[in-house]
Amino acid sequence: MTRREFMKKSLSGSSVLALPPLLNGCLSPEFFQKHLKKINKKDLDRIIKRKEKKYSQKFSKKATINSTQAIEETSFAFTLDLSKCIGCRKCVDACIAENNQSREPKISWIDLLEMEKGSHNLTEGNRYYHREKVPAEGHYYLPVQCQHCQEPPCVKVCPVKATWKEPDGIVVIDYNWCISCRYCVAACPYGARKVNWSAPRLPAKGMNPQMHYLGNVPREKGEIEKCTFCIQRVREGKYPACVEACPTGARKFGNLMDEKSVIRKIMANKNIFVLKAELNTLPRFYYFFG
Amino acid sequence: MVKEKEKAKFYSFLFRGGLGYYLWLSILGIGIVLGIFSYILQYKEGLIITGMRDPFPWGLYIANFVFLVGMAAAAVVIIIPAYVYHYEPFKDICIFGELLAACSIIMALLFVMVDLGRLDRFWHLIPGLGQFNLPSLMSWDVLVLWGYLLLNFLIPGYLLYCKYQNNAPNKKLLLPVIYLSIGWAISIHTVTAFIFSSLSTIDQAILAPRFLASAFTSGPAFLILILILVLQIIGQYTPLPIEKKTLYRLADILSVALFLNLFMLGSEIFLEFYTHSPHLARREYLFFGLNGHHAYVMPSWISITAQFCALLLLLSPRRHNLKILDISCILAFVGVWFEKGIGLIIFGFIPSIFGEIFEYKPSIPEIMITIGIWAFGLFIFTLLLKITIPIELGKLVVRNKEGITQKKRPKISGAIIK
Repeated sequence: MTRREFMKKSLSGSSVLALPPLLNGCLSPEFFQKHLKKINKKDLDRIIKRKEKKYSQKFSKKATINSTQAIEETSFAFTLDLSKCIGCRKCVDACIAENNQSREPKISWIDLLEMEKGSHNLTEGNRYYHREKVPAEGHYYLPVQCQHCQEPPCVKVCPVKATWKEPDGIVVIDYNWCISCRYCVAACPYGARKVNWSAPRLPAKGMNPQMHYLGNVPREKGEIEKCTFCIQRVREGKYPACVEACPTGARKFGNLMDEKSVIRKIMANKNIFVLKAELNTLPRFYYFFG
Repeated sequence: MVKEKEKAKFYSFLFRGGLGYYLWLSILGIGIVLGIFSYILQYKEGLIITGMRDPFPWGLYIANFVFLVGMAAAAVVIIIPAYVYHYEPFKDICIFGELLAACSIIMALLFVMVDLGRLDRFWHLIPGLGQFNLPSLMSWDVLVLWGYLLLNFLIPGYLLYCKYQNNAPNKKLLLPVIYLSIGWAISIHTVTAFIFSSLSTIDQAILAPRFLASAFTSGPAFLILILILVLQIIGQYTPLPIEKKTLYRLADILSVALFLNLFMLGSEIFLEFYTHSPHLARREYLFFGLNGHHAYVMPSWISITAQFCALLLLLSPRRHNLKILDISCILAFVGVWFEKGIGLIIFGFIPSIFGEIFEYKPSIPEIMITIGIWAFGLFIFTLLLKITIPIELGKLVVRNKEGITQKKRPKISGAIIK
């Protein structure tokens, strides 16, 4: 028995009521883990090794966590053709399967709004339509997820710098650093940030073992999560899961700095718009009616 | 030997009291225990046991936090007249204002802590140990609150110590700290207001001045109530160095602040309706209900009506009457508590970003935790008053060498009760 184990067992065993969970929390290696941007490559690798081991055991399958950094000359953006979206929620399913969200209580990074034609106001949408009845007459569908703003209010308000913009434009969260004050949830104008109100439940069967340390690693109680543009995929040159899952091709993803990319073509030829442009958050998520 | 005696005397003042005193402390004690047990449940299960959810991420805790920061800032209502304009009668009640401020800050900080979903990571907020995010108003708020707490224990602690030792306080030491605390008090509440006014769903620059106005209403209201209560209990035995006139003067300040608060709130509401602003739906929900949901319509109107009644009573020709003062202070306090705390948060989050009406109802454990924190704050405040009042009365002083026990107090023209 190592000293840490001894301390942990003796301290948590002898105490009453509040002490066991508190001490278990304080004595875990996560408790002392530093801010992810403040640690060097060696420590990061050590942390990742530890997590890989932990998740491999917990979910009884080989978990790999990569730490691919932002590729130079990359500035990611997303476009969505609203005239093609039929509201089937295939993107939602693919996102949940890819990103290890809690299944109970249910967390979804993508919200799909059923909107009446002619309306552009987010507050007039309906999130609770039946997917069997899509597309409904006189309606269109507006998927909303993290807009990866260039001026993100969530990053500005976080009291502990637990969320930041990566060089390729992706807004990420250091889950282990988040104190769950939920200021970012209140500040996000797009409702993109989701709270783990209780400990998330993720069955081993549905767990995706291909992970990125800033992306789909399983979250814990209290931690805030949101769309990461599937950082574990896009930094390896793949498309986000929702783009691949979309049956109508409404979703397009690419690098703004690549002149030949499909999103550059869309931006040059379509009347694109962003949600709540008046807030000057400068989203990287562009909508258009094709 | 003498020192031992003094010590014993000091403790007897802290622990000795009538049946009512112990009953009061026991009630508070029960509240604290219930709060602790509920919090243990919350710590284990997570914030799922509260009524908060994604569309409504902040609830009762943050509402009380906002209100209590205001109560704390309100000490300046007494300090400014006393130490900037040298209005002598307020110097006697300064200490009560500061102790109230200290207790409010403790409660406010506790509300922030129970609101965190991950209390075990609280150290990430501590500058030096954690990460300080310069543009985050929450970072600043927590920092200045700790500073203000320190100031509000230092100042009354020093003043009381001087009285206990029967010395005059050193002005050169005291005044700079007092001036600092004035600026600090205004800054804590401004920063707290900015947390909310910067949210896209609230977006009001007027919130900071309005917060100050409502703070200068609720703080003095609570203090007047406490002073009347304390004087009624203590006043039976001994006259106190506080005159009725002092309380009426404090009530005058309160009424001006209350008027300004209502005026600014009215301006905001007028503009929302006149320009048909994007925030209109939220205001309508609060005051008239929306799509058949109207859980908060009644409390909203009650809070506004209470504030108006308080204002009318405080402006009436018969305002110089302790009963009227009592009633108007209760009305003002309750009115501001709802309007500024829960009212603001409801306005911020219902309907949600997606236009949904998620009617937040605080859960039982959430209410228990809230009660527990209030009980804890009042418990500390009671103990502090218990020590402070004898020292203020001059009953608890260290005898100096010549054997003179007390500084002569000026004759009181009329104790508050009879």
